This record gives sequence, C-alpha cells and structure tokens, in this order.
Amino acid sequence: MKLNDIERAMLAGEHGPAVKSAMEHQVRVGEFFDAADLVPVTQAHIMADTESLGEAGVHWVESLAKDDPGARVRVPTIMDPRGTDFAKASVLNQPRWAVDLERRAVAAFERLGILMTDTCINYQTIQAPALGESVAFGDTGVVIYSNSVCGARSNFEGGPSALAAGLTGRTPRYGFHLDARRQATLRIRAEWTPVTLNDWGALGAVVGRLAGNYWAVPVVEGLGRVPKSDELKHFGAAMASFGSSALFHLAGITPEAVRLEDVGGARLPVAHRVGEKEVRALQNAYAGEKEVDVVVFSAPQLSLYELRQLAALCDGRRFVKPLLAITSPQVKPDADRFGLTGKIEKAGGHVLSGMCFYQSYAREIAEANGWKRLATNSTKMVNILGGYGYVPLLATMEQCVEAAEKGRLP
Amino acid sequence: MKPLVAKQAMGRKVQGQALVARDGFSARYDLNRIDGTFSRPTHKLAGQSYKGRILVLDTVKGGVASAWMLREMASRGVVPLALVFNSVNPIIAQGAAFGDITLIAGFEGDITAQIPHGATVEIDPATRTVRVVE
Repeated sequence: MKLNDIERAMLAGEHGPAVKSAMEHQVRVGEFFDAADLVPVTQAHIMADTESLGEAGVHWVESLAKDDPGARVRVPTIMDPRGTDFAKASVLNQPRWAVDLERRAVAAFERLGILMTDTCINYQTIQAPALGESVAFGDTGVVIYSNSVCGARSNFEGGPSALAAGLTGRTPRYGFHLDARRQATLRIRAEWTPVTLNDWGALGAVVGRLAGNYWAVPVVEGLGRVPKSDELKHFGAAMASFGSSALFHLAGITPEAVRLEDVGGARLPVAHRVGEKEVRALQNAYAGEKEVDVVVFSAPQLSLYELRQLAALCDGRRFVKPLLAITSPQVKPDADRFGLTGKIEKAGGHVLSGMCFYQSYAREIAEANGWKRLATNSTKMVNILGGYGYVPLLATMEQCVEAAEKGRLP
Repeated sequence: MKPLVAKQAMGRKVQGQALVARDGFSARYDLNRIDGTFSRPTHKLAGQSYKGRILVLDTVKGGVASAWMLREMASRGVVPLALVFNSVNPIIAQGAAFGDITLIAGFEGDITAQIPHGATVEIDPATRTVRVVE
C-alpha cells in the first residue's frame, strides 16, 4: 500500500505510539483488501459497547490512552450507543460489574478526545455526511444510511478501525470508497410499498437476504413514494443486519441513482420481484407467540418523530409489562421538553437514552428480569436477539404498545 | 488433495480440526461467547463448540461487533483457531487483524463443499493455501 510522507512518519512512530499502532492496523487491513493507498476522512464513528470490548478491549483502550498521554483523535470522532443509560441502569437490572466496565470505557475514550455522543442516529442528530464525503463510520445502520441516503463513502469500520481512522485521519481506500464498488450488482423490483416502520424494516431484511453479502449492491425500483428518514433508517438497518449490506440504491430516490442507469441498474436484469407476500412471510417468521414479557423500541435509537408517535399511542394507557423506548442523548432533552417522555412514563414505560437494547448485556438482563418473549417493531433487533436466547416478536408500534398494556400481542 | 488457494489471507500458519457449514458467521448474532458454542437456534452449527476449531463457513453476516469480539474471545481462550470463508466483509478482517486470528478467504468454488466436516486442515497465510491433512 502506498503511503505518503506523513503516513510513513506515523508508521515509524514519529506521531506517538497510539498513532503508530493505528497505522499498523490500517496497513494490515488495507493490504488484506489490496487497498492502493489511504483516503482522508472527515469524521469517524466508533461502535464500542463493553459487551463487545469485554475486559480485554477496555484494558486495551485504557492502555492506549495511558501509554501515550498526548494521543488525541485528529478528526471529529463520535461514539455509538453505550451499554447502559447510567441514570436508568437499575431499571434494566444490569450487573454492577457491567456498569463499572462502561464507566472505565467512557473515561478511556474521553481521554483520547472522542465525543461521547452515544448515538447510532448521528445522521439524524449530529451531522449527516454530504454526497461524496469520505468517512469512517461504525455501526452498520449508520454506514448503510450514510452511504445510500447521503451518498457518503464508508466501509463498515469496526471499533478498532474507526478509532484508528480517528487517530490518523485516514482509512484504507477499498470497498465503498471506490467508484466501481458503488455500482449496482443486483436489480430488485418492489411490487408493493411498505406502510409501517416494521414493514420498511421487513422489506430491507428481504432485500438484504437476497443481496446476501457485503459486496452486493442492490438497486430497488418501483417504490410508490419517497420514504421518510425514519423509514429509510429501518429499511437500511434491517438490510445491513440480514445481509451484511453497506450500500443500496433506490431508483429515482437516493442521490447516486437519480436514474437507474446512473448506478448501472439498466444493464442488469430484474433478478427478484418483492411484494407484500414476501414481506409478510418474513414478519410471520417472528410472530410465533402472543404473550410478551417486555416491549422494546430500539435498534436504531428513536428519532423525535418516532417518540412523538409513541407518546401519542401511550397517552392514557396503563402498562402491565415493561415498555422501554430508547433514544439518543441529543433527542432525549427535546422529548422531555415537549412532554413526550412524560406521556410514555406516565403509562408505565421508560425512556432511556445513549444506549441500545441489544448492546446492553441483553443476555444478562434477560436472566435478571425474566425476559424471554420480546415484542418490538425493529426488524434489525429480532434478527439479533435470537442468539441471546430471546423469542423475538415483530409487530407494529401500535401492536407493541397494546402488548405492553394487555400483556399480549393482538 | 491439492492445496486450495485463496485470494486473501492474514495471520499465522495453523493446523486444526474443521467445523464446516454452508452458513454465515457473526460473533454477536451466532455465538454464546461465554461457553464457546454456536447459540443461534437456526444456525447449522447450533450447539457445537467452536473453541480451538477452524471454522469453514460461507460468508460473514451481521454487525460490526466481531471487530472487538475476536480479541476479547482470544483473551479468554474461547476463540476459533482460524476462520475460512468463501467471502468476507471488512469487519472480520479488521477483527482478525486486531485479535491476531488467522483468516483466509476467496476460493475457486465453494470452500464449504471442498473441506469435509471434522477434517484436519492446515492453513498457511503466507502461501494463501488451505490443505486437508486427513
């Protein structure tokens, strides 16, 4: 991989041991993918909940900060959701050791100059990247939205790589930083336009499964209207989760596919037709039971508009099962000011911020609280929680709220 | 059997027993990382231990957590010996680099159909080859 003078100096340790370690990591990954060189990035976003890092990962970040006290990220570097909402850890019955590990991680990342934004909806709350902007984002939902809806350029950057990009201000130029990789490889015709958020998520999941791997780029045509930001959020997050996809195009909608031929879609045959039947089949795979133990809205964190809709549904109800609504620290104060939090919590629900349910020791809190049957409108989350021992149930926001009130899905 | 040649490889030369399935891989979605087994009920290797095994699978699924998790698993000794895939995403390469796990990917034909389940195999990243020993 070709390095310029500054990058060679970084690799030689002239910018300190943390930057040297970051550059060594980037060279290793870049050479694996035959990257020609490094591309400057304007922002980085780190996924680093402590369930993923474990003691070993937290110790590594602490050592990085301790062994190189001058080490600081050189481009704005922000943080994905944490593994808890410190103000609400008791609601989740999280183990003390987990909360303590979170505190250590937060302190270590802050020492490196990272902005602890604790959000996976930074494109709605912090700063959406622009068309063609090269970034180093973690969290698959953030990457697929930024690539597809904003037209930015990022690969999936796992925590160590996103941190490396923050420290060096660069990332290896491969994958979706390259024009050729951004062309469509799979043409799909939508024969039905989703209605609810979980419909959009389920359509994303179907497309993700058809795409099947990271390097496939589906272009979808035939949607009956322009999806809203929250709809695209669920669509992309589910596609990334089910398919490991990082980029999609919607013909006539997303910025690189103003015309189908702009992304090479016109030369592709229609490989699949996806209608309501396929979407319902996916949803029905997560509709095995009616009784619920807990209702969760998360993954991705809720926008202000989602919280507004949820608060209206909660108004005047009394829940018999826990309902958790999880948002970002940027949205939460507005939800408080506008009385949305009050309406949800008056019904017996909880509004948490700065975390994500599945990144918050999902296995441990299931055991501590007796949670097994979990209802949600997040298609991404039902895909994840099976591995944590849950019976995930996918339903609309309205059905989930009713489940919290009556103890069972309609 | 001739060595199988890959397009991408990193890590140390290793030899071990293969756990083979035409299925995906995600450390967060598919594994009970505490007891070292595949925990997703629908995974073709559900219930099987991955500790010290060479995983031979189709592709990588899911999110970015595997980038941290492989190192964490290695720190407790509950980690696969090596990973062999038809295709990979950046996360698994980043995780293997961070966790110092041998990784090899990109073969002629389906690798999960070319290595028998339970076979002893040798992976040499320097030559980008996988060889069935027995």
